[in-house]
Amino acid sequence: MKLDKNLLNEIATNARLKLTKKEEKEFLPQLEEIMEVFSQLDEVKTHNVQPSFHPIKVENVAREDKITKCLSTTEVFKDVKNKEDSFFKGPKPV
Amino acid sequence: MVLSKLQKINKEYHFFNSIAKSIPKNKFIISAKDAICTKDLPTTAGSQILSNYVPRFDATVISNLKKEGGVVAGKTSQDAFGFGSFNVNVGNDKKIPLNPIDATRVCGGSSGGAAGFTRKLSELHPEIKHVALGESTGGSISCPAAFCGVVGLTPTYGRVSRYGLISYGNSLDKIGPMAMSVKECAKALDIIAGSDGKDSTCIDHEKGFESACGKDIKKLKIGIIKEGFGDGVDKEVVKSVQKAIKQLGVNADEVSLPLTMKYGIPVYYLLAMTEASTNLTKLSGLRYGQEENPSDISFNDYFTSIRTKYFNEETKRRILLGTFARMAGFRDAYYIKAAKIRTLIIEEYKELFKTFDVLITPTMPIIAPTFDEIKKLTPLQHYMMDILTVGPNLAGIPHITVPCGEVQGMPVGMQIMADHWQEKKMIQVADYYERKRDDR
Repeated sequence: MKLDKNLLNEIATNARLKLTKKEEKEFLPQLEEIMEVFSQLDEVKTHNVQPSFHPIKVENVAREDKITKCLSTTEVFKDVKNKEDSFFKGPKPV
Repeated sequence: MVLSKLQKINKEYHFFNSIAKSIPKNKFIISAKDAICTKDLPTTAGSQILSNYVPRFDATVISNLKKEGGVVAGKTSQDAFGFGSFNVNVGNDKKIPLNPIDATRVCGGSSGGAAGFTRKLSELHPEIKHVALGESTGGSISCPAAFCGVVGLTPTYGRVSRYGLISYGNSLDKIGPMAMSVKECAKALDIIAGSDGKDSTCIDHEKGFESACGKDIKKLKIGIIKEGFGDGVDKEVVKSVQKAIKQLGVNADEVSLPLTMKYGIPVYYLLAMTEASTNLTKLSGLRYGQEENPSDISFNDYFTSIRTKYFNEETKRRILLGTFARMAGFRDAYYIKAAKIRTLIIEEYKELFKTFDVLITPTMPIIAPTFDEIKKLTPLQHYMMDILTVGPNLAGIPHITVPCGEVQGMPVGMQIMADHWQEKKMIQVADYYERKRDDR
């Protein structure tokens, strides 16, 4: 798998990271070497094999549908810097 | 005073990211890996982006230990978010813990602070009762336990609630105890295991782990995984573990895990990084952790700026690889492929457990390296260190590491694995070995 600067930066943008020139230079060969090892998985035949997203069987584990006590807004907002009334304040989405 | 003793140890070895302001008398102390939420005590997962995060609740494991009379004494050092095998990938504002036996060497990771502190406390103040909690995704309990010469127990996936754990990889994370003896670990597991209704992957199964100690192992069938003693594993480490197996005094058959040992590393890192990159999207400068002024900046620029500034190098590397593995066009070839091979790996272990009660390998292929030695390693060489621990973690089977000798004055760990929910069998063997070893 060939990883170039453009693909690396596309991945970084998707991950909401901005790489410095130094990081670009450092990460490119490192990630390429790692992806090379990832590509070894092609050798394994997986026709008709189901993927495992958990190592054990988990079926319908649910708690009782009861109202329980939750944290108060005072506790939740105690260390939050960007807030207004009972809301978190963030950047404008548009 | 217990508090001043901890502070003194920490000044020299940097095992803790934070220490409680006071420690009441007549309580046993809990040291928790810094990814485990503790009410009113900073919980950073070893990262800088969460350095100001103070949870308002306790993780279930903490509540359970408190109910038994424990008090949280501090939060132990780890690689940021668990991303490392040497505990050197700490947040940019954190100190790297030093190995308690030789300070020029690493503690191992990612639960390095927990292992280092357990060892040092037992040496200096054995009278202080202590339970250490670590967390393993791909070997983060076993590795530091082996490097520091303590016992580390990783339970079956789903045995212990993950409620209040800052996730690395949800399908892999397991909280487990670390201590100076198998019995102490078994006791602690009895306290922390069990479902709480807050983790949909946590299931109740029979407990009573402490009762597995003090027994003989005549009726158990033991398998020795041959790849664990082959290429890439230090010859002196191999000798130590072989000697320990002999000391067990029972017949053991050689077995093989060809697929797991060949593809375990890429399967593990693909799955773990994919899950991690998704988990870490929540860290973006909103609600908790580091924040900056959100006015006059675009949505994406704000998140990008916080994440770029506060994530360390290894965190960025893993987020990039994980993001890549789930991008359109690559997802099936990498992430789904790895998840399918995980099924084959689980089946490979299950097949062996039809015949054997426990399987044994060395825990780590080397003894704790020096800081100078690991400077020369590439990221890939770092990842390869997990060759013996990723298998049981991918399969979600329980495993325990027990100190079994020394090489160059540094401890070696023997890893004993059992089938899902069969912790008692591995505890039985580990405890039996410990008694044989100490009888010498």
